[in-house]
Amino acid sequence: MSYFGSQLSPGVAGNQLWALIYISIIFAGVSVAVMAMNWLERKALAHFQVRLGPMRVGPHGLLQPIADALKLLLKEDIIPAEADQFVFWIAPLIGLLASFTVYTVVPFGPSQAVSDMNIGILFMLGVSSLGVLGIVMAGWASNSHYPLIGALRSSAQMVSYEVAMGLAVVSAILMTSLNESGTGTLSMIEIVRAQQQQGIWFIFKFFPLGLIAFVIFAIAMVAETNRAPFDLAEAESELTAGFHTEYSGLRWSLFMLAEYAAMIAVSSIAVTLWLGGWMRPFPNALSAPAWEFLFSLFPALTFGGLAGIGFLGAARMPSHSFFKIQRAGLAVFAALLGLLALLLLVIAIAGRNADNSIAARFREGIDYVYWFVLKVAVFMYLFIWYRATWPRYRFDQLMKIGWKVMLPISLGVLIVTAIVGVIVK
Amino acid sequence: MSVPTKPEPANALTNEVSNLDLATSEKPYLDSNELVINMGPQHPATHGVLRVILKLDGEKVLGTECVIGYLHRGVEKIAENRTYTMFNPYVDRMDYVAAVSNGLGYCEAVEKLLNVEAPPRAKYIRVILTELNRIASHQLWLGTHALDIGAMTPLFYTFRDREEILKIFEKYCGARLTTHAFRIGGCQYETYAGFEKEVENYLAFLPPKIDEYEALLTGNRIWLERTKNVGVISAADAIALGVTGPVLRASGVKWDLRKAQPYAAYSDFDFEIPTGKNGDTFDRYMVRMVEMRQSLRIIEQAVGRIPEGPIMAKVPKVIKPAVGEIYHSIEAPKGELGYFIVSDGSTQPYRVRVRPPSFVNLQALDIMVRGMLVADVVAVIGTLDIVLGEVDR
Amino acid sequence: MTPGMAPVATPFFFYLLSGLAVLGGVLVITRRNAVHSALALIVTLLAVSGLYLMLYAPFVAGVQIIVYAGGIMVLFLFVIMLVNIERTAKERQFNRIWPAGVLAAVALLGLFVSVYVKGKRLFPDSNLPLPETSNTQQIGVMLYGNYMFSFEIASLLLLVAILGAVIMAKKRI
Repeated sequence: MSYFGSQLSPGVAGNQLWALIYISIIFAGVSVAVMAMNWLERKALAHFQVRLGPMRVGPHGLLQPIADALKLLLKEDIIPAEADQFVFWIAPLIGLLASFTVYTVVPFGPSQAVSDMNIGILFMLGVSSLGVLGIVMAGWASNSHYPLIGALRSSAQMVSYEVAMGLAVVSAILMTSLNESGTGTLSMIEIVRAQQQQGIWFIFKFFPLGLIAFVIFAIAMVAETNRAPFDLAEAESELTAGFHTEYSGLRWSLFMLAEYAAMIAVSSIAVTLWLGGWMRPFPNALSAPAWEFLFSLFPALTFGGLAGIGFLGAARMPSHSFFKIQRAGLAVFAALLGLLALLLLVIAIAGRNADNSIAARFREGIDYVYWFVLKVAVFMYLFIWYRATWPRYRFDQLMKIGWKVMLPISLGVLIVTAIVGVIVK
Repeated sequence: MSVPTKPEPANALTNEVSNLDLATSEKPYLDSNELVINMGPQHPATHGVLRVILKLDGEKVLGTECVIGYLHRGVEKIAENRTYTMFNPYVDRMDYVAAVSNGLGYCEAVEKLLNVEAPPRAKYIRVILTELNRIASHQLWLGTHALDIGAMTPLFYTFRDREEILKIFEKYCGARLTTHAFRIGGCQYETYAGFEKEVENYLAFLPPKIDEYEALLTGNRIWLERTKNVGVISAADAIALGVTGPVLRASGVKWDLRKAQPYAAYSDFDFEIPTGKNGDTFDRYMVRMVEMRQSLRIIEQAVGRIPEGPIMAKVPKVIKPAVGEIYHSIEAPKGELGYFIVSDGSTQPYRVRVRPPSFVNLQALDIMVRGMLVADVVAVIGTLDIVLGEVDR
Repeated sequence: MTPGMAPVATPFFFYLLSGLAVLGGVLVITRRNAVHSALALIVTLLAVSGLYLMLYAPFVAGVQIIVYAGGIMVLFLFVIMLVNIERTAKERQFNRIWPAGVLAAVALLGLFVSVYVKGKRLFPDSNLPLPETSNTQQIGVMLYGNYMFSFEIASLLLLVAILGAVIMAKKRI
């Protein structure tokens, strides 16, 4: 395959077949990630709350998301009587489309992206702002007062925090222009390359400016995806229920899918802009081949660790006849993880030299994807942690923070970053 | 668009709404946004079957009216057809969260009517169990209040710690919630073997847990923004409405019946009465947290030196008090719980009137939520710590 | 920087996008339901954004999506939904002066046809689009360099509009 050796993403190289392959891999990966996120949320929340979470459906509830998906598929599809059929039908689709289209530019590696648009970050921000339309339409199509008010509130909140998000993104983009040629870039892959060239993750650049911009984005992205502590529009204990009240079964699961996919997408933006994207820690400081090899063992070690935890869990299950099948299932799952770890180890060892052999390229690709996904996973865990720990803001307090606190701070960070950038040059 | 006159809603709601004062004094400039919204009786956040009718102007609350009675079981009428001893289990069901206090109030009221006094050992046991119950009631309040405001985790922590208290109750009298722990004249059950040990274990077990609750909530900026200056009631208003309990104390009035009119063995113990300054939700939260710690202090002083002796005074087998009436009140976890018993000389009381603290405190809801936003109504209902079983009886 | 970005199936995409834009526009004016019109307008705006992409102006395309489809249309929908909660009644057509409308439409059509026919003279070839990689930079240079003054005036105008809206919408205290 002529594409295989190139260092470009398939969209840039013009290779439609590989672009399609990447798209399907990403789509499958994100769907699996959403299901895993669903499981993790229930388990992590439960453990925060001194309970166990799902334990019965599959060992330690691992098959619970499948059971949930089945249940939602088999539910009766209720459409409110006077609802606008077309808009009711299309609203979750728009949300889903907006959430999934952004993955075209998410850079899992220097050539591991579907395409490298030179307006990558602009595209991501723009398409995720189309998700707001899905929510507004969902609330309106339900033909009921409470979902409408909830939808308008949700969308007002999302639009307000998009402003702060955008300004924080602009300060990060500004940092990409601090190179010799003086031109910055909006392309996602180039942003990570800029961090590589400048030798520092943008979160640490011009300390504390990068950090403040990152924190602003981290807070705004939680508000953007309607997660706690900004989830007033979805809370049951308030008077107005959320925009997806009237949706049942498959349609509701589409909203949930869109929400989790949006969470992963904005986390990818944060990782790309501030946390160095696919780069491993200390690529310039610890660049000896020994260090390279050590860091390339991390994927295998991670999966090996997960397999070990799985085996431990299987060993610790009570020896009752009910748990026989669960123990067997968990052992099989852990064995699969162990096999994967073994495979990754083989690839890491086979490709340890930095030549252009197939094994080396595989290893590099896997390493890039691994570090990127690891950083995004940290953000996912943080989302769940926020939800478990904090109460929720009242709506007016939320809007006050978005406009009166985040916007001035991000403007200030932008101006100071620009000034410092000019001074440094 | 003509300036609209006040709309006349033609539904049954207006017939029930009596003091909501739908006529506003000022003429609205544009189309007025006034809305009458019904909250409950089935609602995740009204702590029982409470119906609150809110009159809103956009998001601001202009007035409320509570419709109660969904849990009315005719307890006071039942009392007229039961003997004094038979009525004892009924009082637990009023404030089912703090059942021990209800029983204490009733037994002491009848004892006053009979002119008997429970022996010292019984008084100490009563104090220990009542203070444990106060902690359990406050823990349940904390969990549900935090959940209403959006913090879902403290609920599980407080319920987990409450389990230990309920285990002690179960070992003592066989029931966890509606305990029927006391009898007229003292206690029926002797403390079980290991009672003091378990209570002392709990005294060591709880303070780090209270620190855990405070670590999650007290310093949290979101919690502070949701509770400071929300639901403010001044001391004068509180006294005028007859509000008692932590709500009164949070407005700055240092009034606690355990110190003002000591009953049971409270005069033997040394403890403090926490008060607040602003009378907002945050002060009520802090007052209850400090009260939990003070209850631990009381229990600590009591459990070490329970006097020996009988646990039951000399009470006739058939309780027939002399003709007369008595009002006796105690400091329940929610406020002043009073019993007014009128005896006509027979074995059944002529009238038992219960002064439930939640019923009187609920009247403060109207004052507290005026000018607040809709999302605060839920927080204020939670901070009043009402139990509908008590409000409706 | 990016070789191999040869355009693919240009006529197909052009006709698709323009057809979508025209279809969206027609739906905007023919739907009775205001929300349906707004949704059709969103389709038109997205199609126009695609056309910008085909003209090698990616920045303008991205900004079109963010500002128009993601911001202004959300605003439109807010207003429609807040003001129009009851079903839109069937309104009687009130334009009795339809001949004037037809005349105006024919005139506009004539203008478009003349521009198309004489287009080559009005837009000579030397104004071919610049390479797309520098679209963002070029816009930035123009906006903050040559047209700085107009840019600031435009933002001032927007500020005045916002202030006016806030003051008009505030309730009398």
